[in-house]
Amino acid sequence: MALEVLLWCVAVLLGTGVAAVPAATHRLATSLVYGLAIGVSAIALATAGVVLLAGGPVASTLKLPIGLPWLGAHFRIDTLAAFFLVVVNLGSVTASLFGLGYGRHEETPARVLPFYPAFLAAMNLVVLADDAFTFLFTWELMSLSSWALVMAQHRRPGNAEAGYIYLLMASLGTLALLFAFGLLAGASGGYAFDAIRATAFSGHVSAIVLALALIGAGSKAGLVPLHVWLPLAHPAAPSHVSALMSGVMTKVAVYGFVRIVFDLLGPPSWWWGALVPLLGGVTAVMGVLYALMQHDLKRLLAYHTVENIGIIFIGLGLALAFEANQMPAAAALALTAALFHVFNHSVFKSLLFFGAGAVLTATGERDMERLGGLIHRMPLTAFVFLVGSAAISALPPFNGFVSEWLTFQAILLSPALPQWSLKFLVPAIGALLALSAALAAACFVKAFGVTFLGRPRTPAAQEAKETDRWSLAAMFVLAALCLLAGILPGHFIDALAPVAQALTGENVPRQEQLSWLMIVPIAESRSSYNGLLLFAFIALAAWSATGVIHRWASAATRRSPPWDCGYPDASPLTQYTAGSFTQPIRRVFGSVVFRAREELRMPPPGDTQAATLRVRMRDLPWDVLYAPIAGLVGFAADQLNKVQSLTVRAYLTLVFGALVILLMVLGIWQ
Amino acid sequence: MDRLALDVAHLFAGGLVLVSFMLLYQDRIFGLLNIFALHALVVSVSVAWQAYIQQAPHLYITATIALVVKAFVIPVALHRIIVRLGIHREIDPVVGIGQTMLAGIGLVALSIMVMLPIAAEAGTLVREDLAFALSVVLLGLLMMISRHNAVSQVIGFMSIENGLILAATGAKGMPLVVEISVAFSILVALIVIGVFLFRIRERFDTVDVSTLDQYRGGRP
Repeated sequence: MALEVLLWCVAVLLGTGVAAVPAATHRLATSLVYGLAIGVSAIALATAGVVLLAGGPVASTLKLPIGLPWLGAHFRIDTLAAFFLVVVNLGSVTASLFGLGYGRHEETPARVLPFYPAFLAAMNLVVLADDAFTFLFTWELMSLSSWALVMAQHRRPGNAEAGYIYLLMASLGTLALLFAFGLLAGASGGYAFDAIRATAFSGHVSAIVLALALIGAGSKAGLVPLHVWLPLAHPAAPSHVSALMSGVMTKVAVYGFVRIVFDLLGPPSWWWGALVPLLGGVTAVMGVLYALMQHDLKRLLAYHTVENIGIIFIGLGLALAFEANQMPAAAALALTAALFHVFNHSVFKSLLFFGAGAVLTATGERDMERLGGLIHRMPLTAFVFLVGSAAISALPPFNGFVSEWLTFQAILLSPALPQWSLKFLVPAIGALLALSAALAAACFVKAFGVTFLGRPRTPAAQEAKETDRWSLAAMFVLAALCLLAGILPGHFIDALAPVAQALTGENVPRQEQLSWLMIVPIAESRSSYNGLLLFAFIALAAWSATGVIHRWASAATRRSPPWDCGYPDASPLTQYTAGSFTQPIRRVFGSVVFRAREELRMPPPGDTQAATLRVRMRDLPWDVLYAPIAGLVGFAADQLNKVQSLTVRAYLTLVFGALVILLMVLGIWQ
Repeated sequence: MDRLALDVAHLFAGGLVLVSFMLLYQDRIFGLLNIFALHALVVSVSVAWQAYIQQAPHLYITATIALVVKAFVIPVALHRIIVRLGIHREIDPVVGIGQTMLAGIGLVALSIMVMLPIAAEAGTLVREDLAFALSVVLLGLLMMISRHNAVSQVIGFMSIENGLILAATGAKGMPLVVEISVAFSILVALIVIGVFLFRIRERFDTVDVSTLDQYRGGRP
């Protein structure tokens, strides 16, 4: 029943996309498309939520006679799919709500409106797919529709290049997944997931499939070093689509990984539990370091997606490590932490991208160095952006803290692992995770402080207006969810229990009946967390502190010349900038990771020219991995170019040579 | 009778390979045309013999087409074209005759090496015929790539077609319509190639195809 409803929702979305092609230029088209998307996604959200909360191992399946004639299209919904459908459709509802307001400023609605519903439909379909062909087809549909949205403003500088790199990386990912499914289906070609699930795989095959799944799903999710397209493509799209790509599409990629590795592939080997968390840890730290060096607001957020994907993969990898060692309870904890972070990240990353979109609409600027002081002009946006920043920085009482705390709880269980290499590796990964959390907090101090506090740096920032009601509504819904998931984590953990049960055979103890909304993931003697108590304490402390300050410190209005440092008329440009804020971190980490070099040029004495400070940074993954590949492809293309203009006789000789070689191979083969 | 029939069939097929070698070492155009007529004649006899031992009367039609079109019409037509064009009567090879012949021997060995194991299940007639036919095809290709002259490329192309007919008639039950359409396509090819020869001749005063390459800006 639920499956039919969801598929109808998808069908309506696809129909809307098609109908939007001729109707996109109509005055009401924007409102209609986004309104319809809100309604349909809400229905899908409710349906998936019901399936998830009902729990139970029962999965319903459906086979439609479309697609390959001998295969058909299989669809299936189980608790894992239901959870990811909740994530997808929650993001869709809020993004469409935001789009209702944001879309009015869209210059070229005909380039966005047809693809937007198709993108939503494709993400739903990937999660529902139950055979390799349907999965890959819908995966490509998702890639292509999002690519079209990235290219919506293709004349802006850099967007066409971003789209090109995105298309390349998406093709690479799909190619890897294609091979992975080819190996899973084996020679007999059982492409339905049921058939794959029933097969046992040898160690070599499953190792290769793991690597291919890491490349395929990892390139879509943004694992380092496959992340290069993400900070280019996500900011290029319209902001609500950026939110969907960053907050939701990367989660669909995580779903792909979980589905292949946890569900289809069978029991893991222990070294998977070393490889995956290590990749996750590196991704988390690299992502946040990139973000710190970035002063473009949307690009900074995209790099933070890389970081959070790293955190999710740490959790998933730990679950693999525990599962390989027959520790299902610990595996369930790690998996729950990862999935909870999937939900949380989709919520606060959407919120932050909406905030960035609101700033972009109000000022036309993405560069933080040209913003500032927006808290006076856009107080509500500033408030929700602050909530999102606190959540992504893993500060209590918001949701980001809970899932990262749960991940740490799983890391703290690692001494029980039998392999010495894991015993040493996992705490090191914990250190990486802690480092990335701290750096993320620093990064969002920068992002919020430079964008919203201080004084406006440009006239555009000075003239900013608060954004419209629809966008604010979307952001407030998400901010409320951030807080709700932070102070009531027990309910969310309980909702994830059937998913963990299905994948690891065990689940985290039920949290519902614990008093005072406490969560106790392992045992009370070990650790517990109470979001509500902490929230009450923070609220009380903040309230009393402001009360005291306003009562005693700032009650009397005083006017006095400020300490002006010798500059009586300070320009807004003398404020702390994003670049200067991150300089210490750039010097500590950047000199190694990014080969950052600072170059100070002082004018000679007597010259009134301004001094310049130039910072050069290199992108190591790009230089080490991508540039050589690009060079190689270019070289090969140059060499092959000579074949373009040979004589007829030379072409014949080539054909003849190929024929003779093939015949010789055939002759020797026998 | 069977034994004899087989031996005669192999004699003709082997004869065709031999004539292909003769094509390879011709250094005059008229000689080439004459040998090609012989080539077509051997094919037509071979096909007729197949028709006789397989009791397949329609193969006689194939044999007649091969005899009339390829042994008479095409050589005569090419002869007249060459006379009218006043083409240079000698063929300059790209590689020496000796090397070409050695390569040809290698190709025959290769095709026997490939074909005998593959067609092991098939009857002896088909098996050796296929090996000979493949040799003829490969020798035709070799001829096309080892000569500068357009006329010898045309002849090479047609000898490939003869090899294909040999292979096809060896396998029992090839429909007549296939054979007739192949024959017609060869005729069309002759017309097209003839027109091209005229055009090339008109523009460059020679039918040496390397002149074409210079015109295209290629390396001589």
